[in-house]
Amino acid sequence: MSTSDHSKKELFGYLAQFEDATALYHAAEKVRDKKFRRWDVHTPFPVHGMDHAMGLGKSWLSVLVLVGGVCGSLTALGLQFFTQVSLYPTVVQDKPTNLFTIPAFFPVTFELTILFAAFATVLGLFTIIMLPRWNHPLFNSPLFSKFSNDAFLLHIEARDPKFHHEKTREFLSEVGAARIEEINY
Amino acid sequence: MADTTQANLLTAVHPSEAEGVAREPLVLNQRSLGWITDRICGIVENRQPLIWWILFVPSVAGFLALVFSLFYLVSTGVGVWGMNHPVAWGWDIVNFVFWIGIGHAGTLISAILFLTRQKWRTSVNRAAEAMTIFAVICAGIFPGFHVGRFWMVWFLAPIPNSNGIWQNFKSPLLWDVFAVSTYFTVSLIFWYVGLIPDLASLRDRAKSLLRKRIYGFFALGWRGGNRQWRHYEMAYLLLAALATPLVLSVHTVVSFDFATSVIPGWHTTIFPPYFVAGAIFGGFAMVLTLMLPIRKLYGLEDLFTHKHIDNMAKIILLTGTIVGYAYIMELFISYYAGNAYETDAFHMRILSGPYTWAYYCMFFCNVISPQIFWFKWARHNLWVVFIIANFVNAGMWFERFVIIPTSLARDFLPGQWGYYSASWVEKTLFVGSFGLFLMLFLLFLRFLPVIAISEVKGVLPESDPHYPAWKRLRLGRRGEK
Repeated sequence: MSTSDHSKKELFGYLAQFEDATALYHAAEKVRDKKFRRWDVHTPFPVHGMDHAMGLGKSWLSVLVLVGGVCGSLTALGLQFFTQVSLYPTVVQDKPTNLFTIPAFFPVTFELTILFAAFATVLGLFTIIMLPRWNHPLFNSPLFSKFSNDAFLLHIEARDPKFHHEKTREFLSEVGAARIEEINY
Repeated sequence: MADTTQANLLTAVHPSEAEGVAREPLVLNQRSLGWITDRICGIVENRQPLIWWILFVPSVAGFLALVFSLFYLVSTGVGVWGMNHPVAWGWDIVNFVFWIGIGHAGTLISAILFLTRQKWRTSVNRAAEAMTIFAVICAGIFPGFHVGRFWMVWFLAPIPNSNGIWQNFKSPLLWDVFAVSTYFTVSLIFWYVGLIPDLASLRDRAKSLLRKRIYGFFALGWRGGNRQWRHYEMAYLLLAALATPLVLSVHTVVSFDFATSVIPGWHTTIFPPYFVAGAIFGGFAMVLTLMLPIRKLYGLEDLFTHKHIDNMAKIILLTGTIVGYAYIMELFISYYAGNAYETDAFHMRILSGPYTWAYYCMFFCNVISPQIFWFKWARHNLWVVFIIANFVNAGMWFERFVIIPTSLARDFLPGQWGYYSASWVEKTLFVGSFGLFLMLFLLFLRFLPVIAISEVKGVLPESDPHYPAWKRLRLGRRGEK
């Protein structure tokens, strides 16, 4: 389907391995200062302070969760008032059903708030980090599969405007990469 | 003061030491990242030990007994249970509250200890969360079949029936439906989100294509990039923040099933906090009951250390004492409030009633036996910890028995009094629910990482990017290289 020549592989970027979390942390600071944009570090666990080293701000996922929670509260209040007060008032043990019944509606409102907020968290997370995505050029590299064990990796994409075939490679070994690999599509 | 702080700072190997507290390491013997992956993934990848099969076969048998007795129950009718007037809530509701309470420690360990930055939780939270999910599954069976006509269970969902009548949203029983189903869903989400990086570890180590595909499918293509981790960590934090009030609300709502009624012995304002403390207490005991054998069996002593067991024993001691306070306060209030029915209910509960044996079993198991954890030697003797944890498991079952059927057996009019004992169907269901629980837990051990790999790696001292600087400072001070 694609017009490109299948026998010739296209460069996706460089994947560099670092000694440990500290080396990766300092390398990330330098990559950040060089104003690269399409790059990331891959670690077996979230490295403390890496957001700062990469120049990333606070995650904005919490906004979505707030929206989810508010939707949950409104859904629950709507469901209860609509069915209990307007649609079919259920009078049990002579307990009234009207607008002031709200204390009895708190538990369900609370639970649905949590439920909707939790759904917003997980769906928002997957949307922001763009998962599931089972195919990614990085998975072509045997080195990459070590990130989930004990490897500290950094990749810079060839699509980055600052990317240069030789200079970026040199730059990566300057900042302390122990091993550099080319990743192809 | 300033001088000592400065000295501590210079000799510290890790920031935590600089605070003047030399902490026990969370992972012993300075294990490497690779060792942690190998050890935990190895459980899933290697053949299971013989004991796994020895436990698995009876668990499946128990599960089949559960299925059989449910089939018998549905095909014959709820009359096969020993319940009748006046005791309409018997072992089924006892088991429901028992199992749901066990689930709560899982959420406590994973959410509340996460929010309070208790790093030792990383070794236990995965197993505890799995325990939560399986316990809530077991719990859900009982009220589901308690409704009598199981095929009408959809009445619990907010859907009008054929006469256009809606559920009574003012009823605590409906609140319970919402609370428990929300709890199950959120626990499942929390567990799965936590599993994603570890499923990626299993995917990347898989030798066969099938394993790679299955674990790869559920790992969703996780790449461990920091652009993923930063949102992932926020999601985990938010889920913990949502699960914390949720777990408190769930057992509060469960206690409302009783507390909002007028039965003497149930109609008590102390129930919500008392139920929550009891749930956490019983759940921690179950976590220890499961984790102590696993630790030994799979060689996880370096990851699940004496420090963890010690901390959990202290929580059992604390919550057990809170529960003891609640028992005594209940008695005091029944006397102090001066309501004749209330006073009588508690008089019969502890002195003259037909179920006093259950009260004293409960009191001994839940209040007296954990007091041994005041002593360090007891917290460090695994046999003592295991035996006390099982006392607590039994005691918490008795607590629910004491509250539920014994209050119903003796209410306002002596002409209505009765005695309740369970039939073989109820007993089989209870044993069978343990079979289901153990079967699910053993399958979890077989197919999923029992310890959160990425989280344990994150609490190693060398995982802190500033660790080498601290180490250099200290070694330089000692004149070493």
